[in-house]
Amino acid sequence: MITVVLLGKLADLAGAPALTLSAPLDWAGLKAALPDALATAIDDPRNRVAINGALLADKAGLQAVEGDEIAFLPPVSGG
Amino acid sequence: MRDIRLLTQMFIPGTLIGPFTQANPGLGGVCTFVGEVRFDDGVEALELTHYEPLTLPGMHDLADRAFDRFELMGLLMVHRVGVLRPGEPIVCVSAAARHRRDAIDAVDFCMDHLKSAAWFWKREKRANPNGREWHWIEPRADDTRDLARWQS
Repeated sequence: MITVVLLGKLADLAGAPALTLSAPLDWAGLKAALPDALATAIDDPRNRVAINGALLADKAGLQAVEGDEIAFLPPVSGG
Repeated sequence: MRDIRLLTQMFIPGTLIGPFTQANPGLGGVCTFVGEVRFDDGVEALELTHYEPLTLPGMHDLADRAFDRFELMGLLMVHRVGVLRPGEPIVCVSAAARHRRDAIDAVDFCMDHLKSAAWFWKREKRANPNGREWHWIEPRADDTRDLARWQS
């Protein structure tokens, strides 16, 4: 299983703070497994993606395997 | 003396600042900033979410940069997460240095980065005629401008 953690308002799009998906997943597979609104949102360059706590410079190069944790990180809130 | 923390419970800044100052004998100055949740119209609560693998490591990285950039003896950086009420302290940054300018500038530097570049997401609970709703807080242009002051 792969855990997807959703931060900020991306959690509202998913309807939950975390999702569990079947491994393995590449970027296209991940998007296909997500609700449409969330799949569209994660393509937005302002929304960052981390895998196992490391930010991805190239989201489309994502390769997630069993036990990995993916996080979707929208822009941080202002002061 | 370096003390970087995320707190899940209400804290009293004075109980941190006293021991922090004592832990840096020989300092020439200590500068402290405490941020509190503002009393804004209709806002009943503020919730801060963080992402464990990034948020605290990001604060440590910020502290490293502050030590590189300024002549510091000590740095205290404490940030709340969870649900806060207006008037509660949300952040406390204190810097101890031989000379005042390093202490003052280090606090300013850390606050500008915590406000705009640290991994925190905030939403506020607002009361309106239909009840109470949570609203996410968007990035602010002011914060980006504040951050640009340090990019040299």
